[in-house]
Amino acid sequence: MRSPRRRGPFDETPDSSVGRLLPALSVMVGSCVTIWPTIASFPFLPPVGLLMLLAWRLNRREAIPVWAPLALGLFDDLVSGQPFGLGITTWTLCFFMIDLIDERLVFRDFWQNWLIAAGGTAFYLICGRLVAVPFGTHVDTVLLLQVTTSVLLFPVISLLCAWLDRDYEPA
Amino acid sequence: MAPSNNRRPGFSRRAQYGVFATYVFAVAGTLVGAILLALSYFDPNTFGAARTAIAEVSAPVSSVLAFVGRSVGSVPTGLSSYIAVHDQNAVLRKQIADERAITMRARAINYENRRLKGLLALRERVGVPVTTARLVSSTAASTRRFATLNAGAWQGVEHGQPVLGPEGLIGQVLESGPNTARVLLLTDPESSVPVRRTRDGLPALAQGRGDGLVDIRSVSNAAATFAPGEVFVTSGAGGIYPPNIPVARVLRHGRDIVLAETAVRPSTLDFALVQRAYLPALAPAPTPTPVPTPKAKKP
Repeated sequence: MRSPRRRGPFDETPDSSVGRLLPALSVMVGSCVTIWPTIASFPFLPPVGLLMLLAWRLNRREAIPVWAPLALGLFDDLVSGQPFGLGITTWTLCFFMIDLIDERLVFRDFWQNWLIAAGGTAFYLICGRLVAVPFGTHVDTVLLLQVTTSVLLFPVISLLCAWLDRDYEPA
Repeated sequence: MAPSNNRRPGFSRRAQYGVFATYVFAVAGTLVGAILLALSYFDPNTFGAARTAIAEVSAPVSSVLAFVGRSVGSVPTGLSSYIAVHDQNAVLRKQIADERAITMRARAINYENRRLKGLLALRERVGVPVTTARLVSSTAASTRRFATLNAGAWQGVEHGQPVLGPEGLIGQVLESGPNTARVLLLTDPESSVPVRRTRDGLPALAQGRGDGLVDIRSVSNAAATFAPGEVFVTSGAGGIYPPNIPVARVLRHGRDIVLAETAVRPSTLDFALVQRAYLPALAPAPTPTPVPTPKAKKP
């Protein structure tokens, strides 16, 4: 699929549909972590699909168009067990928020990316908790743990995206 | 990194309108998503068909992964059990000898019980098994506690049927597709099972907490006290769960509401048994039509 040689800084971007679809496909694969065969008694898996999406958006802006989180969020809602519509709404809102931040913040470095991703992930998980379960249930501690693990996982996901993108990224 | 400013793609009006249109589309989609979210807030089982359609595809993948995991995981246990088999054999022999007397007495009691029930002409319902299947995956990224069962409507699994594990109750079928079904686990915050204490029959509700445990809430008027180790079994009230299935074990001292752990910790290693609902839902009562109009064909 890929040339074994690394692409030099002055070589052309390989134009292929794989390169265009790779971000969306990787987000969908990330959403599918919930089919891992385990019966969880509390939420422990991070929302890998969302982390993947934010990593793509923050690393390379044109990788995912602004309407794409609608479709990707819909797919995530179908596999994640969150209430239907949560991914559609919150993922697109995350994109709008990142657009707003980009207006203010012309240059971002990785720490700011991490902070933005942390905010987006926490927003998604907390919205999910508020919609999915009644207010008095005892899920807040485990939710905090889930948010923490998700935030800590973001650098790994970000590296993974950069690795997937190594041949397609415009130099 | 420097953001590439895609929001103003040059002087081309057409390109600018294109970008504008994507934003309009995204905002409209978000609004539609918010409406869908509100719908699923008020009725969580909407769009169940879409979810089960995806589960039909994902469940085989999960079960293959689980099979691989089981095969790999069984190698060390197989080895260790091979080594430990002699000691274990001696222990089991002793246990059988010890429990022979208890078994004999239980058999006698069982016989007597059946005879007495026959004398009373008591009509008794038994849980009718529907199918046996494995739970293959669960919603490990969400605060709801659902599991996917590897059997569906083709195997006779229907909404509202109880799901049992080897040591007790697992939950209830929520929606069923052709080959998969979604099971609401006991620990889900929306799950509530009528139970009674084995010691004295104190009625209570086992309500999921969402963190892997359940709350036992007393429903009797008198102040109830709970002690650790007390076992609660289904009471059969409500007509879904058959009576006398272990549900939960109390963890702490308490009054009225107390923390308990479920009798079964479901895993992909065990089979789950789906039973027919204990008292199937009655057919919907015919709408009373006191004054039959002459035009109506049906009474």
